[in-house]
Amino acid sequence: MSALLSTDEGRKVRWTPGRRVMLAAALLLAVVWVLPLAWALATSFKPEGEATRTPLRWLGSHFTFDAYRKVWEAGDIGRWMFNTAYISVMTTILTVLLCAMAAYGFSRTEFRGRKALYAVVLAGIMVPPQVLMAPLFAEMVQLGLVDTYWGVILPQVAVPAMVFILVKFFDGVPRELEEAAFVDGAGRWRVFWTIVMPLSRPVLAAVGIFTFISTWNNFLWPFLVTTDPGGMTLPVGLVNVQTSYGLRYEQMMASVVIAGLPLLIVFALFQRQIVRGVAHTGLAGQ
Amino acid sequence: MVPVPAEQPTQKPVTVRRRWTEHGLVFIAPFFLTYALFLLWPLVSGIGMSLRSDNITGEGGEFVGFDNYTEAFRDPHVWSSLGNTIWFTVLSTVPLVVTGLVLALLSHHLRFVQWLWRLSWFAPFLLPSGVIGLLFLWVIFPSDFGFADQLLAWFGLHPGIGWLTDERYAMLSIVAATVWWTVGFNFLLYLAALQSIPRHLYEAAELDGAGAWQRLRHVTLPLLKRTTGVVLVLQILASLKIFDQVYIMTGGGPDDSTRPILQYVYQSGFTGYRIGYASAVSYLFFALIVIVSLVQLRFSRRSGESA
Repeated sequence: MSALLSTDEGRKVRWTPGRRVMLAAALLLAVVWVLPLAWALATSFKPEGEATRTPLRWLGSHFTFDAYRKVWEAGDIGRWMFNTAYISVMTTILTVLLCAMAAYGFSRTEFRGRKALYAVVLAGIMVPPQVLMAPLFAEMVQLGLVDTYWGVILPQVAVPAMVFILVKFFDGVPRELEEAAFVDGAGRWRVFWTIVMPLSRPVLAAVGIFTFISTWNNFLWPFLVTTDPGGMTLPVGLVNVQTSYGLRYEQMMASVVIAGLPLLIVFALFQRQIVRGVAHTGLAGQ
Repeated sequence: MVPVPAEQPTQKPVTVRRRWTEHGLVFIAPFFLTYALFLLWPLVSGIGMSLRSDNITGEGGEFVGFDNYTEAFRDPHVWSSLGNTIWFTVLSTVPLVVTGLVLALLSHHLRFVQWLWRLSWFAPFLLPSGVIGLLFLWVIFPSDFGFADQLLAWFGLHPGIGWLTDERYAMLSIVAATVWWTVGFNFLLYLAALQSIPRHLYEAAELDGAGAWQRLRHVTLPLLKRTTGVVLVLQILASLKIFDQVYIMTGGGPDDSTRPILQYVYQSGFTGYRIGYASAVSYLFFALIVIVSLVQLRFSRRSGESA
């Protein structure tokens, strides 16, 4: 964990009154931010029927995994989790691959129409996918992709903003690194794979993790394009069945915990890359 | 990164120069085909759809010209849902930007258990909107036994507020949930910006006798101007696209008072089966987003010149 601490580790902190006030404020705000999640967690371990008993208590009469067991047995949570994981992994791989190749093409190769093509891609940054839901859905019906994995994946993989970020990065990679390999007889494809891609690992990891998070959490598009419960993603499935539990608050919260946990684990593992990813995707537009 | 001169007058053998130029399209083709199929084509075909009276499969309609657009302009639901969207954007943007900045300043200046601040403030952003919606719908905002009412009860109040069912509070509750959920993103953007401010600027200010407050006002905040611009635009564009939380928490109610424009598009196209009309409404909304982006572009160019 020490790598996650700021650079000033080791420096002695002076506890001036100002710093004490800041620390108190930060702790208070941290508690406010954690409380709803803590409450969800506490509720999920209560015995059935106790979540709505007033006055409310943090703990139920006893600690139980009943809600988790019932949710797992009642719903398709395992199936939805597999769907979400499969869709997120495929989308991430394809997005990183297609966008990196395109960015390399725009940054490093010459062909007629390159500038015009790049302008068309850049213009796409302004198009929010949400405004295309009607025509995109009609297209999916015609292509027969409704209720398929590809129907969810394909519209998410060509991200113009990501090409823009990667073009900026590739523009900064010195050409000499590649020229040496060309002189040695390597082809362009080989240079791309063995020199450029490994060099870009940090930025690729950042955009990859960010793509993974947003795909995992995407609601609107999977919600539109899946109608069959077996093909739903976790967020869509949960919302779809919210009433069929008979309004059991403990079970609702157990499923919320199950659905929220995987990304919290991803965050704990990849904190640095995620932080960098947010900074990249958010600020590269400057 | 090392700056690379654009045109190097190289005396390299012809074969090397040729290698720079070949295969270009091969690299771009996979992306561009997907892009054309799933962004450019729906963008164009949507215009065609908006001129027809098509049902959900895009069949059986007829050409109606601009009828869908004139109808949309006269449809009170378009105006009310557009109004709700803008109202949500106005209400949510300021607290999201200000809170993000405050959280970043706190965690940056404390230089202490950074991971704890990051975890507590950014973690909600990682949760799917479905999870957020259900959490607030079933556990935080129910009247009487919800966590929000309980919190007030601990302070001796027992209001029984209809957080999501009372027209006076529903939009505010959605804003509160959204701030809690998404502020982590702005927090990280500000944190990254703060960390890139060179330390010697502060040391110089301190030598000139500037106190903590003056350093904040005259060093930190001016240097964060660009970041604030970026955060503001990203936030406005994100808030305009609100759909998930509202759909899950209130379904647009009570009495359509929280229904955003995207939900109206969804309802006309997917539950009302009028996909031609839904497309027309989307394009009006798209026009709004383009206007916002262009205004921002204008604005950021001007502030860039003065900086």
